[in-house]
Amino acid sequence: MLSIKNLHASIEGTPILRGINLEVKAGEVHAIMGPNGSGKSTLASVLAGREEYEVTEGEVTFKGKDLLDLAPEDRAREGVFLAFQYPVEIPGVSSTNFLRTAVNQVREYRGLEPLDAVKFLSLMKEKMKLVEIDQKLLSRALNEGFSGGEKKRNEIFQMAMLEPTLSILDETDSGLDIDALKVVSNGVNQLKSADNATIVVTHYQRLLDYIVPDYVHVLYKGRIVKSGTKELALELEEKGYDWIKEEIDSAATV
Amino acid sequence: MSTLTKQDTFSPLLEAATDNFNEQRTLGKESFLSQGLPAVKEEEYKFTQISRKLEKEISDFQSAKPIELTKELVDQSIYEGFEGNVLVFNNGYFISELSDLPEGVEISSISKKEDLNIGSIAKPEKDAFAALNLASFQDGAFISVPKKTQITAPILLLSFFKANSGQVVQPRIWIESGDFAEVTFIEQSVLLGEETVFANKVVEIKGGLNTKINYYRLQNEGRLFIEVSNIETDIHQDSQFSAVTISLSGNMVRNNLNLNILGSNSVGNMYGIYLLNGKTHVDNHTNVDHTVPHAESNELYKGILTDHSRGVFNGKIFVRQDAQKTNAFQQNNNILLSENAVINTKPQLEIWADDVKCSHGCTTGQLDEEALFYLQARGIDKMQAKGLLLYAFAGEVLEHIETESFQAYCTNLVQERLGSKF
Ligand SMILES: Nc1ncnc2c1ncn2[C@@H]1O[C@H](COP(=O)(O)OP(=O)(O)OP(=O)(O)O)[C@@H](O)[C@H]1O
Ligand SMILES: [Mg+2]
Repeated sequence: MLSIKNLHASIEGTPILRGINLEVKAGEVHAIMGPNGSGKSTLASVLAGREEYEVTEGEVTFKGKDLLDLAPEDRAREGVFLAFQYPVEIPGVSSTNFLRTAVNQVREYRGLEPLDAVKFLSLMKEKMKLVEIDQKLLSRALNEGFSGGEKKRNEIFQMAMLEPTLSILDETDSGLDIDALKVVSNGVNQLKSADNATIVVTHYQRLLDYIVPDYVHVLYKGRIVKSGTKELALELEEKGYDWIKEEIDSAATV
Repeated sequence: MSTLTKQDTFSPLLEAATDNFNEQRTLGKESFLSQGLPAVKEEEYKFTQISRKLEKEISDFQSAKPIELTKELVDQSIYEGFEGNVLVFNNGYFISELSDLPEGVEISSISKKEDLNIGSIAKPEKDAFAALNLASFQDGAFISVPKKTQITAPILLLSFFKANSGQVVQPRIWIESGDFAEVTFIEQSVLLGEETVFANKVVEIKGGLNTKINYYRLQNEGRLFIEVSNIETDIHQDSQFSAVTISLSGNMVRNNLNLNILGSNSVGNMYGIYLLNGKTHVDNHTNVDHTVPHAESNELYKGILTDHSRGVFNGKIFVRQDAQKTNAFQQNNNILLSENAVINTKPQLEIWADDVKCSHGCTTGQLDEEALFYLQARGIDKMQAKGLLLYAFAGEVLEHIETESFQAYCTNLVQERLGSKF
């Protein structure tokens, strides 16, 4: 479904991603871990189409299409969804209007009829249950004044509404208490199918107890330096990143 | 080098003879001649070089005559959805035959009035254009709302402008309301023809006790319209005055809006949006003068500027020593969408009382790129995402329009302009 080959990206001339290779197939869950500043969010942003990042080398195909060639909105319409590490507060834009616009533009792209107000509301109700999000939150401006946890929950709610094929969850677990974590993970799991895939970026093994990954990758200095199964996450939890850093940094200096 | 010397250029205007208001006209003329047009360095006009603009764009400094105007054109021009009474102005002249006069309100041509103390609210010595208008206005309307009269339907002041033997139109409107009266005015203007017009307008509004007056303006006349307006009101005890000014197009537009708060427990509101493109220049100069204790003023202006447009906001709040317990709020926010657009914004607070609550703030920024990306990442088209964000920024001003049809009409225009209508 997603194939990343030798991806290099930089911001303002500084290279951040330095040769990422990753294959994600339908039905899979991949976890990406790694120390702060290693480039996890950068990778997520590049996949979602953030223009500040310049791709200097490599290619990304998504469902056979050149992903890097598409505008951010078309990537979303093709089925890429990024749950932001820091969701943006947008005063003055109502959550409901925003979602209805988004859902209908995505539907239009996929050749589906737009949802009328009634159908849209019933879809909203259904998906709200999934992530147990309060109606009151959605009657406010988008993310405005939401707590950290509420913002994360809202991201997963939007994901549920847009039904993506590839979801990239950037530290959706940080800022969530344990009950919220369970609810959110449960939501993600219910949305999982044989046809879609999930990439979870996280620092904590805790999340991976709920969203069980098929593969775990360690990102360090803009490269995937280690890949394994879910046991790798346990090992990282126990030992931290220093042993990996040492391995890589010493290899680099030789 | 200015060739626009006051004596020569304006003499055709100043010498046009009229029958009444001779005393006031003389006063206006003297005041105008002693002030002259704003000089290049004149503080109040330094960002709005109106004299240079007039020199460049207006060749015929004579009053335009009334044009042929049909009922059909009038009907076509009224904004969609309007329900209320329409007063028609033809190059400044009030045309009662084409108007639909509201019941219970006294309305007539201002030039037929006598014993009206024009120039007592918008004083000629305060502004050269107010003086010029007093000296040489052609016509306009006298509107008097008797006491305890609530005019529920809005009154549309529909003006048609067209250059003919002259390019200058100087309307003058006097509005007075008795105690406990309520009325809403909406200004809408239409520019006809292919020649530039200079409109120099004065509106004086004299409220009573416990009155409620709304004055809404839509400025959307296009690039051939140069306008200076002086709108000034006296607000008396227990009264509320609200102005909403929506500026969407024009050549050079200068709005002087002055609120004199003369009675306690009163409220003065000034709201505005300016969406500027091309080379449009809009200058909102507001002034609220708190002379008595326990009154409130609120001000919110929002601007979105692109291309080579220019905006000016100058908000003066004057709180006199006696005006204790004044609450005065002012806010001006701007978004610049192009590198060539310019905004000059300046709050001017002069506070002589010690027990007051005053706050003001002005911001100028760009469109929030992170917010834009967030919306795009959810599948929303970039242009529409921009539109959504811009409307979210400016739209709140429209909420202050109480006349539903006008609010809907302006919302539509604003959304169309911002690309947020879909
Ligand atoms: N706009 C920017 N300008 C300059 N440097 C940037 C910019 N954005 C990110 N970086 C740098 O890129 C590197 C990778 O950042 P990124 O946010 O991708 O890390 P991360 O792995 O997600 O970290 P964390 O675990 O803290 O979320 C960091 O060193 C960061 O400072
Ligand atoms: Mg990150």
